[in-house]
Amino acid sequence: MNFALVDCNNFYASCERVFNPRLIGRPLVILSNNDGCVIARSEEAKQIGIKMGAPAFKNEAFFRQHQVAVLSSNYALYGDMSARVMEVMRPLVPAMEVYSIDEAFLSLDDTHGEDFAREIRARVRQWTGIPVSVGIAPTKTLSKLANRLVKKTPQRQGVLDFTRIPDADAILDMVPCSEIWGIGTRLSARLAPMGIVTARDLKYAEMANVRGALGVIGERIARELGGLPCLDLEELPAAKKGIASAKSFGHPVETLQELEEALASYTARVGEKLRAGRLLAAHVSVFVETNPFSATQPQYNAGAQTTLLQPTNQTSALITVALDLLRSIYRVGYQYKKTGLFVTSMSFEGAVQLSLFEEREDKVLAQSLEAIVDQLNRKLGANTVRYGSMGTRDTWAMRQNRRSRKFTTRWSELPVAKA
Amino acid sequence: MITGEPIPFEARLSLRIPLVSAKVQAGFPSPADDHMEKSLDLNEHLVRNPAATFFVKVEGDSMRDAGILSGDILVVDRSLTPKDSQIVVAMLDGDFTVKRLRRRDGRVFLEAENVAFAPIEISENQELVIWGIVTYVIHQPR
Repeated sequence: MNFALVDCNNFYASCERVFNPRLIGRPLVILSNNDGCVIARSEEAKQIGIKMGAPAFKNEAFFRQHQVAVLSSNYALYGDMSARVMEVMRPLVPAMEVYSIDEAFLSLDDTHGEDFAREIRARVRQWTGIPVSVGIAPTKTLSKLANRLVKKTPQRQGVLDFTRIPDADAILDMVPCSEIWGIGTRLSARLAPMGIVTARDLKYAEMANVRGALGVIGERIARELGGLPCLDLEELPAAKKGIASAKSFGHPVETLQELEEALASYTARVGEKLRAGRLLAAHVSVFVETNPFSATQPQYNAGAQTTLLQPTNQTSALITVALDLLRSIYRVGYQYKKTGLFVTSMSFEGAVQLSLFEEREDKVLAQSLEAIVDQLNRKLGANTVRYGSMGTRDTWAMRQNRRSRKFTTRWSELPVAKA
Repeated sequence: MITGEPIPFEARLSLRIPLVSAKVQAGFPSPADDHMEKSLDLNEHLVRNPAATFFVKVEGDSMRDAGILSGDILVVDRSLTPKDSQIVVAMLDGDFTVKRLRRRDGRVFLEAENVAFAPIEISENQELVIWGIVTYVIHQPR
């Protein structure tokens, strides 16, 4: 059995191009929430030297000079297109792990090689408009590596079967350890003193030494480089370590009320995510920040956290706690740029000890209420039903001046064809 | 003389859980009970392949005689392979356009369905991308 890693090429840029042909063939960058910095680039944008993370405001002139198309991020569109890409592939293979918004691991039958990969690629391209690259190998680690190679060698036309490469070791010797999936810069620094610099070095290293330097996971990766499968598809996502929601404001915010409304909204989002994953959180942290790039304004950053008596996923309970924490750290006289919360100490619903002090009936009532709120918001659009503390003005909402339309999720924003 | 504090009591919301969702009626059960079916879902009728289906809004009158008017919503399936005489959404010179695809003697045309609009011939150095096939037209009568 082999694995394939399918990776969407320049995914955000490709999504935009499906619906706006004028963006094809020219440099295109997508900016982070609040239009802060570059988070995605088309191939043309990479070629003229635009780096990931480049701040937008410092590059306005360069963008103009090179006629770079600049867009705000449009996660409603990317999320929908991602789901479509995954749905196209799912029926074609025995099993699939959605690894990220633009990547999936597939398990392949032995008969499925490059021809099959080309079929997947052609079908995803035709059905969704998204170009993908496919790396095939006997292990997940090697399929990820094969996928990187595909992208670096255009003559492969988006597909590479690592098992058919005549001199795999020579190729592994060209890949530095820091570029191996799961190793990265930090862990590769531990390998360098042992003379392990490339993927080939790691493949042939003494496994006991690798385990000593990187632990069991590192050893598994090393064995996977040698073609021995140690990592399985994870079809069900593991319990997350935590969920965060934090965004920068479009304009500086001064009043406690505006901060409260923003934080309540983020908290509602976190509650929704918890309930969707059937998770409970036991620990809540809240923070506020002023704008570190503003040289003239006084700076203030603060955080507060608390552990809940009873783990919860109920928005009402989370909002109460989050707002208390916010009030404890809020100070008058600052221009706040950002607030947010994260919840940690997660457990699965049903795996929780009941507390002696818990008021059972109220909780059941609150749960059914929130299930209804979630359903309404899913059907009628985010934030249709909101908690009072979220406010209705959204004066703090993030800046997205250059967002394309939500072509696939809003009736009022459909693509237009001239007749 | 009796003095005393008022007895504290806690106001609580009562919780009702429906045990039976359907009304219990005396008499004969409805003859339809054994024949219940789920109601019709337009998605089933209009969208054969959800992952590959997109909705596109129409602007302009060039397809009038094919029953496609300005403001209509097209159901567009990208999974279908374009064939001669199908109505397609195509990318032409940076815009989406809806037209009828015609292949004749090795030449390719996008034809309007309105005498006021001439057919567009796709020249050899022009790139025509068929974006998807129009499978249904959602039209509100006026």
